Amino acid sequence: MTEKLLDIEGLSVHFPTRRKLFVAVNKANLAVEPGEIHGLVGESGAGKSTIGAAVMGLLERPGHIAEGTVSFKGEHINGRDADGMRALRGAKISMIFQDPLTSLNPLLTVGQQLVETIQFHLKLSDADSKKRAIELLDRVGIPMPDERINQYPHQFSGGMRQRVVIALALCSEPDVIIADEPTTALDVSIQAQILELIKELARERQTGVVLITHDMGVIADTTDKVTVMYQGEVVESGSTEQVLGAPAHEYTKSLIAAVPRPTLKVHRFPQLSYGGRQIAFHIDDLARNWDRPEPTKSGTLLKVEGLTKTFLQSGSIIPSRRKFFTAVDKVSFDIREGEVFGIVGESGSGKSTVARMIATLYQTNGGKIFFDEDEITQLKTAKDLESYRRQIQMIFQDPFSSLNPRMRVDEIIAEPVKHHKLLEGAAIQHRVDELLERVGLGSEAGRKYPHEFSGGQRQRISIARALATQPRFLICDEPTSALDVSIQAQILNILKDLQEHLGLTMLFISHDLPVVRQMCDRVGVMRQGQMVEVADTETLFAAPKESYTRELLSLMPKLEGLSTEGLQDEII
Amino acid sequence: MLTYVLKRVLQSALVLLVVGLVAFSMFQFVGDPIDNMLGQERTDADIARLRTELGLDQPFPVQYYKFLENAVQGDFGVSYRQGRPVAEILVERAPATLELAAVSGFLAISIGIGLGVFTAIRKDGFLANAIMSISLIGVSLPTFLIGILLIYLFSVELGWLPAFGRGDVVHIGWWSTGLLTATGLKAIILPAITLGLYQMTLIMRLVRSEMLEVLRQDYVRFARARGLKDRTVNFRHALKNTLVPVITVTGLQLGSIIAFAIITETVFQWPGVGLLFINAVQFVDIPVMAAYLMLISVMFVGINLIVDLLYFAIDPRLRTDGKGAH
Repeated sequence: MTEKLLDIEGLSVHFPTRRKLFVAVNKANLAVEPGEIHGLVGESGAGKSTIGAAVMGLLERPGHIAEGTVSFKGEHINGRDADGMRALRGAKISMIFQDPLTSLNPLLTVGQQLVETIQFHLKLSDADSKKRAIELLDRVGIPMPDERINQYPHQFSGGMRQRVVIALALCSEPDVIIADEPTTALDVSIQAQILELIKELARERQTGVVLITHDMGVIADTTDKVTVMYQGEVVESGSTEQVLGAPAHEYTKSLIAAVPRPTLKVHRFPQLSYGGRQIAFHIDDLARNWDRPEPTKSGTLLKVEGLTKTFLQSGSIIPSRRKFFTAVDKVSFDIREGEVFGIVGESGSGKSTVARMIATLYQTNGGKIFFDEDEITQLKTAKDLESYRRQIQMIFQDPFSSLNPRMRVDEIIAEPVKHHKLLEGAAIQHRVDELLERVGLGSEAGRKYPHEFSGGQRQRISIARALATQPRFLICDEPTSALDVSIQAQILNILKDLQEHLGLTMLFISHDLPVVRQMCDRVGVMRQGQMVEVADTETLFAAPKESYTRELLSLMPKLEGLSTEGLQDEII
Repeated sequence: MLTYVLKRVLQSALVLLVVGLVAFSMFQFVGDPIDNMLGQERTDADIARLRTELGLDQPFPVQYYKFLENAVQGDFGVSYRQGRPVAEILVERAPATLELAAVSGFLAISIGIGLGVFTAIRKDGFLANAIMSISLIGVSLPTFLIGILLIYLFSVELGWLPAFGRGDVVHIGWWSTGLLTATGLKAIILPAITLGLYQMTLIMRLVRSEMLEVLRQDYVRFARARGLKDRTVNFRHALKNTLVPVITVTGLQLGSIIAFAIITETVFQWPGVGLLFINAVQFVDIPVMAAYLMLISVMFVGINLIVDLLYFAIDPRLRTDGKGAH
C-alpha cells in the first residue's frame, strides 16, 4: 500500500450560530494517494467545499474543526497555527476555485501574480521567477507564454484563465491539489480540455487531486475513486467504477438515477426518493381549468426566418467606423404546435439572443418572426404586441435574480395577470393560490418573499408566474443549469407534464446535451450565431450530419458505467 | 485615449458655460449693487451713469456674453467693493483656500483610507468597533458646530492653538504660504480638521465596506490559498481593488472640500476665497461672485477629469478596449 498523501479521519466542521450549532461536515473520512484523482460528489449544501476549506485552513469564521484529524504525509496538520498552515498552503497543498473569471486579481498581470507566488515559495530571483512562470504557462498549454505573461486576466478567455489558475496552483510543485468545481463555469469542450490537463498532471507529477464536483459526468470520466456526501455526511466511498456502477447506499442510487443519460431516453426522471424531498405537482387540476386556444391551421406555431441580431462593439461618431458584432446570423427554424424544440450550443453561440428576440425583449436587426401566422416583427402598436406577449412566457436560468426580492411571491405571480388585465379582484388571488398549489408550493407560500425559498422552489415560482397568463408558448432559457441534479429532475418532470397535459409548445435552450435529449422532440445546434443543424432529437444523436455536432456529441460525458437502477420502468 | 481626453475637455467646457449661465441668471435677483456703491447723496443721474458704466443696463445674456469674452482673456472685471481687478484679488486669496483644502484633503484621504482598511481587516475587533462608532460623529455633526467646538476646546479652554486667522505667511513669488512658519502651521490645524472630518469619515466608511466586499472575492481567497502573506493579500491584492470605486467618491468629495471651505473659512476667519465670496454676496459684488463660481466649477470639473484618468491608470480593463479578449 502506497503512502497516503492526504488522510482525513473523522473530520467534523461546526458553524455555531446564534440559534443553534450547524454541523457542516460530520465525521467524514477521505484519503488520497499519489497520482490519484479522488472525486468528492454531492449536492449543494452537502459539505464538500467545506472539507476543502478545512484542509486548507481557510474555513470562514465562526466555522472550525470540531473533531477529527487531517494528515498530510502522515503528519497532523489541523492543529497548526496560522503561520504553520501558511507554510503548507500553496507550497504542499494548492487549491483551484470554481470560477476562473473571479479567481484572478483583475488589476495585476498574469505574470505579476505568478512571479509573486513563485518568489514567495521558492525564493528565486526576478529573472528566474519569470522564466519559471513562462515555463508553467507553457506547461498548462497557453500558447505564446512569453507574450501572454504580460497580459491582464480580462484578456484571457474563460478556459485560458482556468489554465492560468492551474499554473498558479502549480507554482510551488504541490503534492496535493484540491480542485473545487474547476470546470462548472466552463463550456463542455473547454471542460474536457481542463479535465484532461488535471489528469495529465496527476499522472506525470504523481500529484494527489481532490476533485470536488456535483457533476456525475465529470466524476465518471475523470476520477479513480469517489466519495459521495449527503448533508455533511459521507454516505459511500470506493472506486469510481464500483460506486457508480453498483451503488450500495440509497442516496447514491437515487442521485445516480436522477442524472440525465445521453444514451437512454426516459419518460420521467425518477424522483429522488432519499431524504423525502418528493413534491406533488397537480397537473390534472391545472389542465381542467386551462383555456386552450384554437389550434393553428398549419400546425406550425412559431416560424423564424433569417433572424439576425447585431450588437455595437465599439462606438464612433462616424457611422463607417462603428464596429458591430453579429450575435445571431440569419437563423431560420420553425416550431410545431405542442412540440419541444431545443437549441443547444456553447456560450456565445447566440442561443439566448434568439430566445430574447422571440420574446420581443430584443429588437431584431433583420428577419421575420411568425406566431400563429401573424408576423410579429411587423407589429408596431403596443396593443398588438401585448396580445402576443400574453401568449409567450419565459423561464430564466438564474432563479435568484429572476424574481424581484422586494416583492411577495403572490405579487410576483399576480403581476402578469394584472398587467394583461386577464382577471379582476378576488379572481386574481384565486388564480395565484391555485397556481402555487399546483406547482407544489401551497398557497401559503404566496405570503413569503423569494429569499425564503431554495433554488428549486424559486424555479417553481418562476414556472407559476409563467403559467399565470395561460400562455401557448413557453421559452425556457437554461431553466435547470443552476440547480442540483435531483432538483433538475423535478423541474424537468414538471416541464414535461406541462407540455403533455396543457399542450404547451416550448423552446428549450440548454448547453447540456443529455438534458436536451430527454426533453426535446427536435433540436437545433447553434455555433457562433449560426444554426448549424436542425433535426429530430433521435436522428441528431444517432446520426449527426455536421462535423460540429459530432464534435459536441463526442465531448459529452458518456456515463456508460452508471447504474440504471430505478430507471427500468421509465426507459422508452 | 487622446480622443477620450479631448471629449472630456469639451464636455467640461460645456459644463462651465452652463454654470456661468445659471450664475448670471441668478445675479438678477441678488439685489442691486448700485444701492451699495453710491452713498446717500446720489442723484438719479449718478445712478444711470454708473449703471451704464458697469453695463448693468444691458439684458443679462449680453452681460453674460461680455463676461465670457473678457474671462477668456483672463479679465474678470473690477470688484465693485474694493475697486481692484477681481483676478488680482483672487490670486491674492486663492493660496489660503488651496492650502487649507490640500491639507484637509490629505488628512481625509490618508487617515480615511488607513482607518478604513484597519476597520475592515479587524472587522470585529474592539478598537475597530470603537472607531466605527466615533466616526458617526464626523458624519452627523455639521461643520460649523465642529469648528466652534474645536475652537472652544483647543483655543479657549486649553489655549494651544489659535482660534482664527492664518498666522504668519511667507511669500514665494505670487504664492503666499503659511506652511513654512510655526504660527502658520499651528493656525491651519483646526480649520483643516474641521473641513476634512466629514470627508474623512465618509472615505473611511466607504473604504471599509468596499474592502469587506473585496475580501470576500474569489481572487482574495485564491491568493490566501496560494499561501501568500496576509500583508501581501490585504495590501497588494485587496486594497488596490478597493480603491477603484472609492476614487470616484473621493474625487467628488475633494471638490466639495473646496466648496464647503466657505463655512470653515467663516468660522475661523480664514482669509481665503470662501470668505471673499461671503463678503461679496453681502455687497452684491457681481464680478467677484461670478469669478468665484467659475473658479469652483473649474476645480470640480478638473478633479473629475483627473479621477477619470486615474481609472485608466489603475484599471487595466479600461485601457484595452476588449481587443485581446481571447
